[in-house]
Amino acid sequence: MKLWEIAHSRTGDKGNISNVSLIAYDPKDYQLICEKVTPERVKEHFKGMVHGNVVRYELPNIHALNFVMYAALGGGVTRSLSVDMHGKGLSSYLLDMDI
Amino acid sequence: MKSIRIGSGAGYAGDRLEPSLELIEKGNLDYISYECLAERTIAIGQQAKLKDPSKGYNGLLEYRMEKALPLCWEHKVKLITNMGSANPQAAAAKCVEIAKKHGLTGMKIACVTGDDLLPVIDKYMDTQVWETGEPLSKLPGEIVSANAYMGVEGILKALEQGADVVITGRVADPAIFMAPAIHEFGWSLDDWDKLGKGTIMGHLLECGGQVTGGYFAEPGKKDVPGVGHLGFPIIEIAEDGSFFVTKVPEAGGMVTKETCSEQICYEIHDPENYLTPDVVADCKQITFTEVEKDKVVVTGVTGKPKTETFKCSIGYRDCFIGDGEISYGGPGCLERAKLALEIMKERLELVAPGQFDELKFDLIGCNSLYWNPDYKYNEEPSEVRVRVAGRAKTKAIADLVPNEVEALYTNGPAGGCGAVKRTRDIVSVASILVSRYDVKPEVEIFEV
Repeated sequence: MKLWEIAHSRTGDKGNISNVSLIAYDPKDYQLICEKVTPERVKEHFKGMVHGNVVRYELPNIHALNFVMYAALGGGVTRSLSVDMHGKGLSSYLLDMDI
Repeated sequence: MKSIRIGSGAGYAGDRLEPSLELIEKGNLDYISYECLAERTIAIGQQAKLKDPSKGYNGLLEYRMEKALPLCWEHKVKLITNMGSANPQAAAAKCVEIAKKHGLTGMKIACVTGDDLLPVIDKYMDTQVWETGEPLSKLPGEIVSANAYMGVEGILKALEQGADVVITGRVADPAIFMAPAIHEFGWSLDDWDKLGKGTIMGHLLECGGQVTGGYFAEPGKKDVPGVGHLGFPIIEIAEDGSFFVTKVPEAGGMVTKETCSEQICYEIHDPENYLTPDVVADCKQITFTEVEKDKVVVTGVTGKPKTETFKCSIGYRDCFIGDGEISYGGPGCLERAKLALEIMKERLELVAPGQFDELKFDLIGCNSLYWNPDYKYNEEPSEVRVRVAGRAKTKAIADLVPNEVEALYTNGPAGGCGAVKRTRDIVSVASILVSRYDVKPEVEIFEV
């Protein structure tokens, strides 16, 4: 199953740091995403892109996780060579993860 | 209990105008705030101001104010914006000119300054830069701007003096939305719980349509009604800091638990410690409750004492980036596009060996977004766009990338089409922390 089937997501950027939320549509799936989508798993998923740590924060009442990914935006929004300098598309890539 | 209604007039520098006019006319607002400054915007504004001292504010200021000022005056809505960018005085002067033209006699227009630390930047040369860990003096390029993220203080002073319009440069985004609540309710500037609530209110408003169903639609999973005429958000906040998010009923879009959940997580890191100049907000236990259609009540937010420092963004001349694109379509297009990339690698090695800091080779439609060259490479697309980008210290070297991409027309694989090329002079942003006591907001009021 892809995360896309049970969760939605939005990406934000600050310099070379990306934050990607992961919000379960159904509160019952929150426990599942907490178990399956560990920071280690996310770092592995974004291999080649995220060169720093991945830190996970929890917002339990809205059944959401927030992943903060360091050294993730090709050197930063202003100097990245990516088409997507802000990394706004990273949310869609996270939802492509198989669990 | 007293309450006020605050609308969001813009979520970024180039945002649409009509949704904000709809809010002023139909939103029963007391205030409308336009958030128009990204991290790098001021650095670009500062360069415009160097060329022409009457410029350096948001390029859409005149377009917006021509419509917004008369409407705000008519509907008794006060307007706050950071559209002053690198030149709040010039922006205020332009607003006075527009207000006079429309006969808005008696309108008070304020500008808030004090965020610009460029004149005193030399004293921070030993300060450590976040991004590099090195002292500011080691920054590789010329510094062109230095702006501290100020809090609500200057805006409050302006409102206390009766300003109808407040134009700022760099302030923390939530501050332009929270200042009206502090002013109207007389909140103390160390009432951390209320400032935490006010800051999270501002955070939900600061990206405009992103909380009313913009940047949200996913057909079949997250359908948004009327997304082509998306309305901007309104928050009604009460004296005790409780608030709800809503919109004008006839406007497109929607306000739901899901739209609010996506926006609360946007560009925050630790939800327990959202650092701003005015408060450390805590939204870890935030809850959204849909009490009626397009009306979401927000609870579970608080705050903690502010820190002793302000973040200061430093704009500096960093590098040049050149990029070019060319498309291939029809049978065999993927193999021709891959050949184009092989040719590009050989050409750049031939014409400028070792002279690029970094190069990126993309097949748009296959692998350009995720720094993963193998991502979904297996299916033959019906068309593919080749893109090559390179970063260099000089424009002459950076130019070679787009020029070599364009030359694939006559020198590359069959059927190349639609080439475009550009080279950009890159101003980057670095951050330092400065003492909050170094930053003194100042207010000037002009009466029309």
